[in-house]
Amino acid sequence: MTLMQRRVVMNRAVMILSGLAAAIGLFFLVWILGYVGIKGIGAINWDFFTQLPAPPDTEGGGLSSAIVGTLIMTALAALMAVPIGIIAGTYLSEFGRDTYLGHTVRFLSDILVSAPSIVIGVFVYLVMVKPMGNFSGWAGGVSLAIIMLPVVTRTTEEMLRLVPSEMREAALALGAPYWHTMVRVVFRAATAGLLTGVLLAVARVSGETAPLLFTALNSPYWSNTLNQPMSNLTVTLFNYAMSPYDDWHALAWGAAFLITASVLVVTITTRFILRDRSKR
Amino acid sequence: MSPETPTPNKAKVSVRNLNFYYGDKQVLFDNNLDIADGKVTAFIGPSGCGKSTHIRTYNRMFDLYKGQRAEGEIIVDGTNILDPKIPALQLRHQIGMIFQKPTPFPMSIFDNIAYGLRLHTKMSKSELEGRVEQALRSAALFDEVKDIMHQHGTALSGGQQQRLCIARAIAVEPELILMDEPCSALDPISTAKIEELIDQLKGEFTIVIVTHNMQQAARVSDHTAFFYMGKLIEFDDTEAIFTSPKNSQTEDYITGRFG
Repeated sequence: MTLMQRRVVMNRAVMILSGLAAAIGLFFLVWILGYVGIKGIGAINWDFFTQLPAPPDTEGGGLSSAIVGTLIMTALAALMAVPIGIIAGTYLSEFGRDTYLGHTVRFLSDILVSAPSIVIGVFVYLVMVKPMGNFSGWAGGVSLAIIMLPVVTRTTEEMLRLVPSEMREAALALGAPYWHTMVRVVFRAATAGLLTGVLLAVARVSGETAPLLFTALNSPYWSNTLNQPMSNLTVTLFNYAMSPYDDWHALAWGAAFLITASVLVVTITTRFILRDRSKR
Repeated sequence: MSPETPTPNKAKVSVRNLNFYYGDKQVLFDNNLDIADGKVTAFIGPSGCGKSTHIRTYNRMFDLYKGQRAEGEIIVDGTNILDPKIPALQLRHQIGMIFQKPTPFPMSIFDNIAYGLRLHTKMSKSELEGRVEQALRSAALFDEVKDIMHQHGTALSGGQQQRLCIARAIAVEPELILMDEPCSALDPISTAKIEELIDQLKGEFTIVIVTHNMQQAARVSDHTAFFYMGKLIEFDDTEAIFTSPKNSQTEDYITGRFG
């Protein structure tokens, strides 16, 4: 075999192998999505969104309380994590590039991003649930906020750094104070990116189970107050999937489908936002 | 080195013994020169010679970056602006700056111009509109944008964006305009328009322009300064620099032997 032939064969072999690897990855993804879709979509109906969970072996019943609980706690988490994360990210990008504090915050954020979420759940259990004496929606929101915070912080930093420094200098050269330059010019230039960071953080927490299991627990009832255990989709999914009842299994598939579909919608939305920005 | 003054015109800016450092590295060495009031002064020289660094000291833009510092004096209208007691905000209000890449803000054409005006004075809506129009007219852009005032500034072409930035700078009526290679990202036709504009603006404004393009310096400026390795090598009337340079380094650069 000549050297040339060897290279051609090698090239083909590597191409086939890498294609195969990609196909294996895609195969499992499609399998999971397809399975969740087929099994889950059957459970989705009007009752699923409007009814409270029914006892086993009774007709009907839905996950309305869990859907609302998840929405409330996610919104609560975003309310806490987004402002802090955006301000922290602004510090990292604008003032803390080469400072000790900046390096420390950046490093800790990176660790927190990859911290196992169950650890965060146990942590919030110890500092909030135990002292307060009961599981609560507040604790659930806080644990989700802790997971969101580093995601928002780091994406904010990245997105602000993408705004060219000439843009800041141009505003400052007009005599604008730095805060004005940030709020009126730089944030505006980075709006799409900042929004993407927030949405990605929401997508990140919407599938979290462990931190809620230790904090909000779950509840079969309407949650009127954040001071009580709060119903949510992921823990309900976990409980129902572990139960011996067929109609609860069906609801669990429905919950799985709803969560997956929401994450998909959020992710696709961020794609669109970023694509629009690059077109401009 | 004594300050060189090409013509006995009143000096808008007097630079005395200016030294500049990036951390430990010195990049400007004892620059001395006078910028004549109401004239166009061009800075030429090879890349990295310090001409942009020099111009960025006039509005203390280097303040933003850690480790950058200037020594010496830059006297604008009798005040040494390197004095840390002089607030940079006020200084930058009086000194406009145009950058290499056009920097329209992410807002409408109207708001781009109004941004600087709103910062410094409270004015009625009609007065604001008048000032915006006046600035756009001065920058020879009004006729092209009068029907699209509420579109995004980024919708304009590169050359229009640069004229928008010039309009934004002159709207706040600065006394001095610094241009840091304002045409290097533009096509020849847009460049010609900017040069024409510089010609119209001089007299009313004092303009300092950094350029890589020697023909441009020859076309637009009254005085030209040649920088090399952080030193001001020669500073004279533009015509003198390009026809009979006194320094052999200047001559070598202008005739294209290096740089």
